[in-house]
Amino acid sequence: MLQQTDRPGRLIAISGKTIAEKIFSAHSGTDARAGDIVVADVDFVMGQDGTSPLAIRALDNMGVAEVFDPQKVALVIDHSSPSPIEGVSALHTIMRDFGKRTGAKVYDIAEGVCHQVVPEHGHVVPGDLMVGCDSHTCTYGALNVFSTGVGSTDGAAAMASGKLWFKVPDTMKVTYEGSLQPGVFSKDLILYLAGQIGVDGATYEAIEFHGPVIDELSVDARMTISNMAIEVGAKAGLMKADDKTLAWFEGRGTRTPAPVDPDADAVYASERVIDASAVGPQVAKPHAVDNVSPIEEVEGTPIAQGVLGTCTNGRLEDLGIAARMLEGRRVHPDVRFIVAPASKQTYLDAMAAGYIQTLVEAGAAVVTPGCGPCVGTHNGVPSDGENVISTANRNFKGRMGNSNAFIYLGSPATVVASVIEGRITDPRKYFG
Amino acid sequence: MKFHGTAHKYGRDIDTDVIIPARYLNTSVPEELAKHCMEDLDPNFVSKIEFGDILVAEENFGCGSSREHAPISIKAAGVSVVIAKSFARIFYRNAINTGLAIMESPEAVDGITDGDEVEVDADAGVIVNVTKGETYHAQPFPPFVKDIIEKGGLIEAIKQKVAAG
Repeated sequence: MLQQTDRPGRLIAISGKTIAEKIFSAHSGTDARAGDIVVADVDFVMGQDGTSPLAIRALDNMGVAEVFDPQKVALVIDHSSPSPIEGVSALHTIMRDFGKRTGAKVYDIAEGVCHQVVPEHGHVVPGDLMVGCDSHTCTYGALNVFSTGVGSTDGAAAMASGKLWFKVPDTMKVTYEGSLQPGVFSKDLILYLAGQIGVDGATYEAIEFHGPVIDELSVDARMTISNMAIEVGAKAGLMKADDKTLAWFEGRGTRTPAPVDPDADAVYASERVIDASAVGPQVAKPHAVDNVSPIEEVEGTPIAQGVLGTCTNGRLEDLGIAARMLEGRRVHPDVRFIVAPASKQTYLDAMAAGYIQTLVEAGAAVVTPGCGPCVGTHNGVPSDGENVISTANRNFKGRMGNSNAFIYLGSPATVVASVIEGRITDPRKYFG
Repeated sequence: MKFHGTAHKYGRDIDTDVIIPARYLNTSVPEELAKHCMEDLDPNFVSKIEFGDILVAEENFGCGSSREHAPISIKAAGVSVVIAKSFARIFYRNAINTGLAIMESPEAVDGITDGDEVEVDADAGVIVNVTKGETYHAQPFPPFVKDIIEKGGLIEAIKQKVAAG
């Protein structure tokens, strides 16, 4: 069946919709298709301590004194938390004052990294559209939320009006077939994809992640994949909501999830099938996330610091993997091992499970729940010439606060195997 | 809108962490941010930019974080327009919202060498390499983008629109 479009002379087959097209249709009251520009209602708006002060200034400049709905706006202090320097302290004060003035929730220094805090507190549910003033806002795609990072000005507009304009993205479909080898994790799957398509491989597009491997993953592990959608330029990294997703939301929030599946005849801009069985541990080398090698190519590289945490891999499952590997073992004497639980809840759960005890006894330095040393503002800036292996999502030059350091990215298991041996190590031998 | 200056050329995937490292996000004052613009990539960047100069880069300029401090620092450092083969999505929108002129033109990027004198007519979408005597083309600014950039960003544009009734 053909239909006249608003583009003169162009006919298209009426086809099914992607997850992105369905969510934008529902939130804009239009028949939204890839390429359309829509004004859509957003279900939630978030900012963190790097970006919120500029959004607050933008609201002040516009003369806007209130947010559109205080229940739908939250600010999270996580990037420099607790404040390491007086300039940041002043920015935190601006955020706290804004919260008092508008009623918007401020999650202060004890609460954790924004991308764990927002879903844990039930601020988003499947089927939602939300924006955050942080590029890794794409994390909640794993929860069937179209979530995307915006700048502070766009964030301010959304805080003021509850609306924002969007270009409905094309969608790339990525299907992971097969099954994961022991010692290989969701982080390896997304690093592998980054190596394949490059850091701009999905620019302006959404990605839908499908396949039996995704179905098998826990919600924690799925969030690792969606978190890094931005690292290939994507606007969102979406997954279907299944029973695990819905179980994850039980007891959180007050709204009812409205899961969105893609239609069977949805049109994708491109499709890619990856045999996960053939993917081993992957490492992104300095200074680009797509500079990815199988671990065999970098094994033996000496490291001075390991980092477990961040919005990519600071969740309970990640801390559990680390604790099991470090049970009865110790961090190498020449290595500093920094652990940042993703949130207060993660921290409490990890304590209850005994993980924190094991990690600390093994030699880990556990820091405040939050971004940890990922963005180079505090909590472990490396020295000149040092190699760091981290579970974070970025290894840009200078990312951790020193442009003369070298950052390698890997899974929690790869990081832990490496901090035990003092050099980059294939973790599979710990999972034999 | 017209721009004229010396081109300073860089590679692909220039990320927002090298444009303005997070360790300097303890302020949102444009002039303070400008002091550290691009310093992890080129420590001499700030000193060699004359007001109105043109930043040229390969693909995927501005990838990485959503920090608006990145376009703010480039603009405050004196750059009049960024010409790249492509821009990362969030940066593209942030640049317009903060009033930094940006243009996509692969042929201009291929043609321009570091240090060339370049003239840009953004409304016409024409880029002239004065040094080499070459002309390149880009998409001209749509009128609403031109309006936002001329007024110094989205917030200023909205304020003026509201004030004008």
